[in-house]
Amino acid sequence: MAKRHPAVEKKLVGLADLVIDAAARKKDPAIAIPVRSLSNVTFNVKKGFIEMGKNKQMRTFFNVGMAKKFMQTMLVADALNELQKADLTTSLREIYYRTKHTMGDSHENTFDDQAESDPVIEDLEVGLSALREEFHVRAENAGTIIGPVVFEDDGDKVDCAKLGKGGYSVPSIVEEEYLKIKKCTADFVLLIEKGTQWNRLAEDKFWRKYNCILLTGNGQPPRGVRRLARRLHEEKKLPVYVLVDNDPWGYYIYSVVKQGSINLAFESQRMAIPDAKFIGLSSADPESYDLPRNVGIKLNDKDISRAKELMNYAWFQKKEWQVEIKRMLTSGLKYELDALANKDFQYLTKTYLPKKLKDRDWLD
Amino acid sequence: MTTKTNSKPRPAGKTADEMGKQQREISVSEFFTKNRHLLGFDNPRKALLTCVKEAVDNALDASEEAGILPEIVVKLEAVGEGGNPAPAVSQATRFRVTIIDYGPGIVREVIPRIFAKLLYGSKFHRLRMSRGQQGIGISAAGMYGQLTTGKPVKIISRTGEKQPAHYFEVQIDTKKNEPIILEKKQIEWEAHRGTQVTIELEGKYQKGRASVDEYMELSAISNPHAQFTYHAPDGEIKVYPRTIQHNPEPPKEIKPHPYGIELGMLLKMLQDTKSHWLAGFLSADFSRVSTETATDICKAAGISPKKRPRDVVGHEAEKLFKTIQATKLMAPPTNCLSPIGEKAILAGLFKQIKGDFYTAVTRPPAVYRGNPFVIEAGLAWGRGPEQAALDAANAQKAPLAEGESHGNDDNELARVMRFANRVPLLYQQSACSTFKAVLDTTWKNYGIPQSRGAPPAGPMVVFVHMASVWVPFTSESKEAIADYDEIRKEITLALREAGRRLGVFIKRRARAHAESKRRDIFELYIEEVVGACKRLKGGNIAESKLRSQLTEIAKKVTGGMKTDALLDKNAGPHGLPHSIIVTPEGIEGEVPVEGPVTVTEAAPAPAAEAPAAKAGKAKKASKKPTAKAKAKPAKKSKPAKKKKK
Repeated sequence: MAKRHPAVEKKLVGLADLVIDAAARKKDPAIAIPVRSLSNVTFNVKKGFIEMGKNKQMRTFFNVGMAKKFMQTMLVADALNELQKADLTTSLREIYYRTKHTMGDSHENTFDDQAESDPVIEDLEVGLSALREEFHVRAENAGTIIGPVVFEDDGDKVDCAKLGKGGYSVPSIVEEEYLKIKKCTADFVLLIEKGTQWNRLAEDKFWRKYNCILLTGNGQPPRGVRRLARRLHEEKKLPVYVLVDNDPWGYYIYSVVKQGSINLAFESQRMAIPDAKFIGLSSADPESYDLPRNVGIKLNDKDISRAKELMNYAWFQKKEWQVEIKRMLTSGLKYELDALANKDFQYLTKTYLPKKLKDRDWLD
Repeated sequence: MTTKTNSKPRPAGKTADEMGKQQREISVSEFFTKNRHLLGFDNPRKALLTCVKEAVDNALDASEEAGILPEIVVKLEAVGEGGNPAPAVSQATRFRVTIIDYGPGIVREVIPRIFAKLLYGSKFHRLRMSRGQQGIGISAAGMYGQLTTGKPVKIISRTGEKQPAHYFEVQIDTKKNEPIILEKKQIEWEAHRGTQVTIELEGKYQKGRASVDEYMELSAISNPHAQFTYHAPDGEIKVYPRTIQHNPEPPKEIKPHPYGIELGMLLKMLQDTKSHWLAGFLSADFSRVSTETATDICKAAGISPKKRPRDVVGHEAEKLFKTIQATKLMAPPTNCLSPIGEKAILAGLFKQIKGDFYTAVTRPPAVYRGNPFVIEAGLAWGRGPEQAALDAANAQKAPLAEGESHGNDDNELARVMRFANRVPLLYQQSACSTFKAVLDTTWKNYGIPQSRGAPPAGPMVVFVHMASVWVPFTSESKEAIADYDEIRKEITLALREAGRRLGVFIKRRARAHAESKRRDIFELYIEEVVGACKRLKGGNIAESKLRSQLTEIAKKVTGGMKTDALLDKNAGPHGLPHSIIVTPEGIEGEVPVEGPVTVTEAAPAPAAEAPAAKAGKAKKASKKPTAKAKAKPAKKSKPAKKKKK
């Protein structure tokens, strides 16, 4: 089922060579791992997405603070290589269990919990510039899609227009080799933050009336959903609209879809959709759509400081965005998508989205 | 209840005359009969302990006052009722308690009153640090025995080798609170000097918390200068050898400090004084009141300093009292106290408790309500190297699951040992100021886990001792120290200091442990990395070569010498005063020298000779003129005068 990536295999084996070479030269073995933090990302205005900088940290073996991490990195590399050889995919949790054991005759475990092994996998992704999918590591299927598009998944044809109101569960690996887009007649993609609104739209057959694809990632969209949106955008030239709550976290979800995330900046290149549009909820909507003040929620301290952080990000410097965020801060309120139900259960389907689309009322 | 003298019931009630006839005096002994719980005889198990405790307290006080190193034998025997053979120890309801001391002995004339008259004693009327305070203890124990078994108290006492030994059987006349002598005679007694008391009483013997066994163990800790031989009812004989070869500094008697008295007490003193004028009374009968201050007080109170004390009554007395309380006076003298001392506490803890670390703190004297006191604290921590080795051997070799951790999961709580004037306190722990202070201390600061409202957790013993001329107990059974702010504060300070030292020790040990682990860790990691490399390369590597190369680098990088230095050589007791550290390699710190006591079985006569001879050398400890029993063995040793007076 999984496809072998000879390049990846080579990279993993390269780690063993690195250790052997260093040992032969009586040097402390060291693996260079790019730093994954805000300080090491830059916003490429021209390309429209976040890129990882050149800062690297040397993970050395004979340093008391890093020795365990180094050992763990080698163990995970070994496990990933095993997956490659056996041509299997697995989950982060299974990697943890696979690499966990007691060392020698001590009571010391290689890993105490999964929180130790997950970052090591991300380190290897960045360090070896490989994708998680190439490592054959998948996430849970956390996204759903519905609309006029036909996939081929493991030889099965999946017509997403004929899946009732449940839709198709987006696999975590959606690369061409795993998932083919056979046919797509949609006009645009609507990426919705929450399952509730996605269900509403699916139930109301919004996608049929407006000939679009409905996608949701239930919160921060997982890689599979982002990558699929990007493929539909790139291969089928579909515009992508993002519908999120009106709060700092909603804004950030939108920006991750559009410009990529800080943690996975090295993946922006194939994940980001710089042309994606922010359709709502905007901080201007409560007024435009006459939402009563009492369906708003007071911003808490965390919201406020997060909003201020966003305003400082290079990719939120457009004037409209500064205005948008400031307006939210001034009002002191945030609004959930669910609040639209205050007007009518089908307000989203029948009034809000049709009007937004008709007025081309979105932010870039 | 009082018996009615006039018992014609009248429906309309009694006349004042009739009621007046019902009034009569209650003797102390009668009062006690009905309120035995006030003195610690609430249940059979506790009664047995109280009886032992009272007798041992007296024996220790007497020996120390006479300048003799205490040597005490405690014997418990189960006895059958009504002449039947004794049942099994756990089933027995009657016990014969015998306490022998080789102390100064008691002169013949006072023996009956000491053992069969309540509130008769030498300690109540003076402010001097001692174990007993009121003179109730031993006679109450005797009376309890008399009440529950009908048997008299049997006493043998001898004041010196040249003196005959006297044998007494006494009972108490509970109405008159006077002794009844059932038998008295001279007998042959193998001990040259000392006292033996035998009381038969209703009791219950059970080991564990608040048992006679625990009392003996604790007494041995707080009295390292004493030797105890304990014959448990089940036949076991335990000898607690002496670890300190001299008696504590004898405490001095002081006069009351004005801050410590109440109005009623002042009134009584005004009546009883031998002084003829007020100012003289104040300066003579109180400590820290000079002639000048006395005159000042009189003036401030508006009473003539020349006034006869007996004439100062009513309003004037009240005024005087208030003025005294408002006058600034020096704190009472503190040389009247004789704390156990850091060295002796360490010796006691070290002898009785297995651990890795011991420390002791003696606070400077402080004052509550005009009474000077000293707080001492000690800690013993750990299970001792032997136990640690045993634990390691028994430890599960199974790997740990997620969420599990090394070490003991059982939440053993620290044991708190409480003492007042060297007497172990075994009941009412939670009402005691010491225990509250233990809870109040933030042990987490010293690396010891502690849950809210609980004592610290871990293999730890907390020792707290209060020495004072007057220990404020919450009740007459002397089980808990009252919670005065001044006392609690001192206890807390002592515990903090001890805790801080323990914290330093724990931290150091953890660091040394981590350092030694570091090396092994690299070895383990190298094994893992070599394994991973081998699998990554599909088995095509020179495995042992890679391993030795990496080990080589590890050695170079970690720096062997430096690690060794950090390992444990710096972890000694430097900077930790009055502490003992026990490691598998040895013991460091103020380790007590074990006395050359080699007693395995109670052999009264010859054993009495040895410590007596030693006591002679401890001249420092026997300044008191009454303590003529310096025990230059045999010749010309006059008998010690009195045990209680």
